[in-house]
Amino acid sequence: MNLLHVNNLVKQFASQKAVDDISFSIPQGSIFGLLGPNGAGKTTLIRMITGIFYPDSGSIQFDGRKFSPENDIIHIGYMPEERGLYKKMKIGEQAIYLAQLRGMSKADALTAIKEWFVRLEMESWWNKKVEDLSKGMSQKLQFVTTVLHRPRLIILDEPFSGLDPVNANLIKDEIFRLAKEGATIVFSTHRMEQVEEICNQIILVNKGQKVLDGTVSQVKQDFKEHLYSVGTTADLSGLQSPLFTHIGKRGDSATIKLQADTNNNDVLQYLIQNGVPIQSFNEILPSLNDIFIKIVEGTPTSRKFELSA
Amino acid sequence: MNKTWIVIKREYLTRVRKKSFIITTFLTPLMLVAIIAVVTFLSVKNTKTEKVAVGDKSAILTDYLKSGETMQFEFIPDADTALLSKGYSVVLLAPGNGVNASTDRFEIYTKKNLSVTSESSIRRKINDAVEARLITQQSGLTKTAYDSIRNQASEVELDSKLIGEGAEVKAGNSGVAFGVGYGAGFLIYIVLFLYGAMVMRGVMEEKTNRIAEVVVSSLKPRQLMMGKIVGIGAVGVTQFIMWVVLIVTLTAVMNAMIPHEIMQQAGNASKGMPGAGMASQSNDAVMAFAKAQQTMSSVNWWLVLGCFLFYFTFGYLFYAALFAAVGSAVNEDPQDAQSLMFPITIPIILSIIIMMNAVTQPESSLAVWASIIPFSSPIVMMARVPFGVPGTVPWWQLGLSMASLIAGFLATTWLSAKIYRTAILMYGKKVTLKEMWKWAFRKS
Repeated sequence: MNLLHVNNLVKQFASQKAVDDISFSIPQGSIFGLLGPNGAGKTTLIRMITGIFYPDSGSIQFDGRKFSPENDIIHIGYMPEERGLYKKMKIGEQAIYLAQLRGMSKADALTAIKEWFVRLEMESWWNKKVEDLSKGMSQKLQFVTTVLHRPRLIILDEPFSGLDPVNANLIKDEIFRLAKEGATIVFSTHRMEQVEEICNQIILVNKGQKVLDGTVSQVKQDFKEHLYSVGTTADLSGLQSPLFTHIGKRGDSATIKLQADTNNNDVLQYLIQNGVPIQSFNEILPSLNDIFIKIVEGTPTSRKFELSA
Repeated sequence: MNKTWIVIKREYLTRVRKKSFIITTFLTPLMLVAIIAVVTFLSVKNTKTEKVAVGDKSAILTDYLKSGETMQFEFIPDADTALLSKGYSVVLLAPGNGVNASTDRFEIYTKKNLSVTSESSIRRKINDAVEARLITQQSGLTKTAYDSIRNQASEVELDSKLIGEGAEVKAGNSGVAFGVGYGAGFLIYIVLFLYGAMVMRGVMEEKTNRIAEVVVSSLKPRQLMMGKIVGIGAVGVTQFIMWVVLIVTLTAVMNAMIPHEIMQQAGNASKGMPGAGMASQSNDAVMAFAKAQQTMSSVNWWLVLGCFLFYFTFGYLFYAALFAAVGSAVNEDPQDAQSLMFPITIPIILSIIIMMNAVTQPESSLAVWASIIPFSSPIVMMARVPFGVPGTVPWWQLGLSMASLIAGFLATTWLSAKIYRTAILMYGKKVTLKEMWKWAFRKS
């Protein structure tokens, strides 16, 4: 069951297509990574999903129906990358105000905020002003106000920027918890190690177009280069085999690249026959970071920044 | 609950609860009244009676020099400067008396510099005395007859009357209309700048604090903009009402606290009318008051008040939308705001210049057209309305002006909302007027 389905979405700005014919689906309850370099069109895409922009063409389906910003917006929680709070307002009032704008009653908002404040150990903040908070603290508050109204779709744009590791972990745990409770999470970032850790599924956007779509493990399989690490003290560079080529050696392990359609067992057999002492034998899968750089560098990087932000 | 309403409530409450709002709301009228009180007090304090010793051997002034409220003359034979240390603050010597050796000049001697008013008062009294003496001596009039001629001459009055539709005659007073028109026009000018700039700063705050996108993801930019404009408008109305109430009560309190005689004395002092006795003076005051009431009633206050509220509200809405558009286009640099505000401030400043002209010539074609065009109508029309509707301002002009202001308000809000929608989410890039123009007139 897909919570969100995006079909051939196009958004054109003055001189260029910020989003050029993008389609994808987000299954209910998944943690979905929306990746791409700066200026790729991620923010524009998100702004269409959140009803801030209307697409020029294409359609968005939310929960099986046509997306209607007026009604569905209460089911969406969006934390933009450019985020802030009213500096002079007290924290409690601010949280209530934002919750009311998302359709909660004052009483409901109050209960929910108190609950969250207790969980994230923020109770003592209620009467403080935002200007008195540190960056990490206001980030936490921002997160709470985003998920307060129990949205079914939570969109987080660079949620960890500016957070120390302790608070980042705290937020990460909350994201997992929310996903387990059934919320669907869209996670936009260019920090690939976080994506690998958190997301089940990703799409990669570059120059307004979707260039990659799939589960994290599938994508890694698709981009693997048949590299293997052989843990050994022996020097493999002298071996001439039709099965693999030697790439390099680092400490007690050598990297080899297998020819296509080569069986691992054949390689191991060959190595044993040649008297190589093997301590370990592992496949090296590319990191998302490597894949990202490989794809993005293939095209002239980020476009000229115009009207897309 | 309607989301615009939630925004209005926030904008209103956060501003009204601010310390700076409370301070300016209470301090402004307090200071205004305090200044008036101080001026009144000082004018009372300063009007001490000068005791003047007059040396006038040849009797040039005798019988004709009249003592007044602030000036008490005493003729002293052989008067000389030595009297200054004997209780007299001024010694006036006619030609050939004491140290005044000249043959044609009066001289006054003091220990401290005389105030300008006292000096000119002495000069006037000497002139009057010499004139009265010469006239009575040469024409053979008695002094009483001369005084009565003087009084009659000073009581000639000019009343202007307006002939209305049904040949009904109303008292007209262009002086009052001038004052009311000028005041109302100026108040609206202040409102436009004060609260218009408040809207602009509010929008800038939302943008530079990066809250705009958070909020805009839960409601339409137009709702956010309108909520802000209406909320701040309500703040303005609140502040204005508070000011009026405070000024009225404070003035009443001040009047009650200051003894009646001092107020009267102050009134007399400010009039500076020498010569007249106490009785005739209070008589004058009553007459002047009656006259003022009569001319005040010549202005249709309900109409003026109604028009003021209309032009206050819609003039504010018309310009607030433009200020909001400018605020949304500004990045961190406040200097951007200066240059982008320029096209908005120009028509407001032009309006106030035209208004100053319109209060003197309310029927000039410049005044008529400026009071119909929505950019200047809030200020200029308010300068014309007190001169009379439908006398000076025909109904069709007032109607057209109001209709075009409402249409103008709808247009600026609509166009500004389009600029606002694009600009509020745009960071880091300097927005030019040309781009704003393009956004405003872009389709969809």
